[in-house]
Amino acid sequence: MIDIKLGEYVEQAIDWLSVNAAGFFNGITVGIDGIVDSLEYILMLPHPFLMMVIIAIIAYLIMGKGKGYFSKAGLKAGGGMALFVIIGLFVLYGMGFWEETMQTFALVIASALLAIVIGIPVGIYASRSDSLDSVIRPILDFMQTMPPFVYLIPAILFFSVGNVPGVVATVVFSLPPAVRLTNLGIRGVQKDVVEASRSFGCTDRQLLYKVQIPLAMPTILAGVNQVIMLALSMVVIASMVGAGGLGQSVYKGILKADMALGFEAGLGIVVVAIILDRLSQAAGKSRK
Amino acid sequence: MENENKQVKIKVEDLNLVFGSRRDEALKLTEQGMSKAEVLDKTGCTVAVNNANYSIYEGEVFVVMGLSGSGKSTMLRCFNRLINPTSGHIYIDENDIMVLDEKSLREMRRNKMTMVFQNFGLLPHRTVSSNVAFGMEIMGRDENERLEKAYKTIKQVGLQGYEEMMTGELSGGMQQRVGLARALATDPEVLLMDEAFSALDPLIRTQMQEELLELQKKVQKTIVFITHDLDEALKLGDRIAIMKDGVIVQIGTPEDILMEPANDYVKAFVENVDRSTIVTAGSVMFRNPPHVDIERHGPNFTLRLMRETGKDVLPVLDKNDHFLGFVVDNDVAEAKKKNKRSVEDVVIKDVPMVADTTPVADILPFYLEYSLPVAVVDDEKNLIGLVSHSAVIAEMIGKEEEEVIQIKEGGTHE
Ligand SMILES: Nc1ncnc2c1ncn2[C@@H]1O[C@H](COP(=O)(O)OP(=O)(O)OP(=O)(O)O)[C@@H](O)[C@H]1O
Ligand SMILES: [Mg+2]
Repeated sequence: MIDIKLGEYVEQAIDWLSVNAAGFFNGITVGIDGIVDSLEYILMLPHPFLMMVIIAIIAYLIMGKGKGYFSKAGLKAGGGMALFVIIGLFVLYGMGFWEETMQTFALVIASALLAIVIGIPVGIYASRSDSLDSVIRPILDFMQTMPPFVYLIPAILFFSVGNVPGVVATVVFSLPPAVRLTNLGIRGVQKDVVEASRSFGCTDRQLLYKVQIPLAMPTILAGVNQVIMLALSMVVIASMVGAGGLGQSVYKGILKADMALGFEAGLGIVVVAIILDRLSQAAGKSRK
Repeated sequence: MENENKQVKIKVEDLNLVFGSRRDEALKLTEQGMSKAEVLDKTGCTVAVNNANYSIYEGEVFVVMGLSGSGKSTMLRCFNRLINPTSGHIYIDENDIMVLDEKSLREMRRNKMTMVFQNFGLLPHRTVSSNVAFGMEIMGRDENERLEKAYKTIKQVGLQGYEEMMTGELSGGMQQRVGLARALATDPEVLLMDEAFSALDPLIRTQMQEELLELQKKVQKTIVFITHDLDEALKLGDRIAIMKDGVIVQIGTPEDILMEPANDYVKAFVENVDRSTIVTAGSVMFRNPPHVDIERHGPNFTLRLMRETGKDVLPVLDKNDHFLGFVVDNDVAEAKKKNKRSVEDVVIKDVPMVADTTPVADILPFYLEYSLPVAVVDDEKNLIGLVSHSAVIAEMIGKEEEEVIQIKEGGTHE
């Protein structure tokens, strides 16, 4: 019988890494912990009511941008969203989920930021080199189709339990759209605009910053939106390795078969999702 | 002609450009005289430019014309090396641009040579003024200087008032003005224009052509202009190069191209043109016609000359070869009957005179009420030649002169 022990080889490699690259992983652990904790600290710093107002104002500014903040259209777009933020967050507060909600915000924002910071530059490089693109493409496919639970195993081995393995697994899972859409956006910039810009003596860097990135921005931001949504979809899964927040509550609800807890926390995730989705989409649109 | 005293600005030497992977092989086959199609068949390579050799002079509008796919754009892009030639040299002010490294190449694109594109290639996320200032921005000029120059150039192309609009909000014609302004703003010496007006509707296009000519009088750039429209080429070009399958088949003034098309390909282009606005008196005139010298030749000599040459009208010159007018056979015969010694009394003096550069279209109206030939004279009124009625008609309807004469004579017999 043929017996391919691919899984074992992967396991051995991971074991080897977790022992020999321990310093490296410790560094990452400290870094990610720092980011998540400080985000959480900032979000928890103001009184919840003040925080609701702050988020509502941010929502109003982003949604109403480009329409005139005090015009009817601006008021309609921004005002509706601001109202939703206040009511949604107030209900969550009332149900006693304020801390979890802020933790979830912190986790999602930290993971999305990391995914974007890694993904966009990789996307830029991929857009400039066909060979790099052809190497990256299958890797991204792999990352996206592998069931996200699988990432939890090495994440635990490298980073033990808590927020960090959750964030790492989330970053891995939500990274692909940042790379893909940045690549796509830059490659999609009209050839004649690029050629014209070159004909005026642009350096590659000037071309990138003055022409390609600005013109690819709507696509890149669509990628950012997708990253955020994917990161959010990981919060429950990440809680299996000890990440906190609303995901944790849902997970507890599952373990205890507690319908009320599960529903309330699940509703919280929906509210957070709507807020993040609308705001990140609007940020992309108002750029044009 | 007058080329000797003009400064060569761009010199193209043995320029070849082949697309594809087996370039060397393709190049060799081309050298052996194989056609573009054959080379493509054999090697899978496209010979876009095939052994081009010519010079472009300072301050001239040099038009490159040819059918789609003949290699015009590709050749133009060699000048600023947006595409690198496979072999050959291009000298700008006697400097070989093929040897430039990245940095010097950028310097050249920034300072010497800019380009206007068929599809404009403007930055849609920026305003008109910021697009026009783009070249200077790339050079790192400070913002005030940039904007000042941009506003000035925008005014030059007639777009004042639109400076702070986004380019996407402008019509095609206006966008191309922005493209032109962007190219002019860095004060380049050479302007490359790739079908710059082809995307515009005919009315705006004509207008832009005129404005370009008007502007060119002021700025005196060396312009390489690509088009596949002969009318445009004739209107703009000081000289025209015609390209076919990557080969330059003819270079000459608009006049040369029209009068002596080098081959059927050029002829095919030329046939659809309103020639009368381009063809001049100089090119359809009959040179050094037999004439009567008023001091020496009397009615007897004149009648004899008329018989010999088969003409019933002859021009009359004074002793300094200045054109005086015409004599007609009947009048001369009258004078002979009256035993006059000179034809002076019968010279028809009130006749139109034109320069050799006058377009045929401008001569035509004379024939409405005038049946004599039209005299072509130089600045000192010396006779250079005669333009006959039938020559002009032949020019207008594109038939050979003899045919027209036949038609006319056939008509009178009826
Ligand atoms: N990037 C390329 N790769 C391969 N072949 C090309 C490339 N660009 C142009 N060609 C070929 O080179 C030849 C010349 O093309 P070019 O674009 O210079 O023609 P053109 O005279 O400008 O035509 P048009 O009037 O349509 O603009 C064509 O046969 C074209 O198919
Ligand atoms: Mg072209």
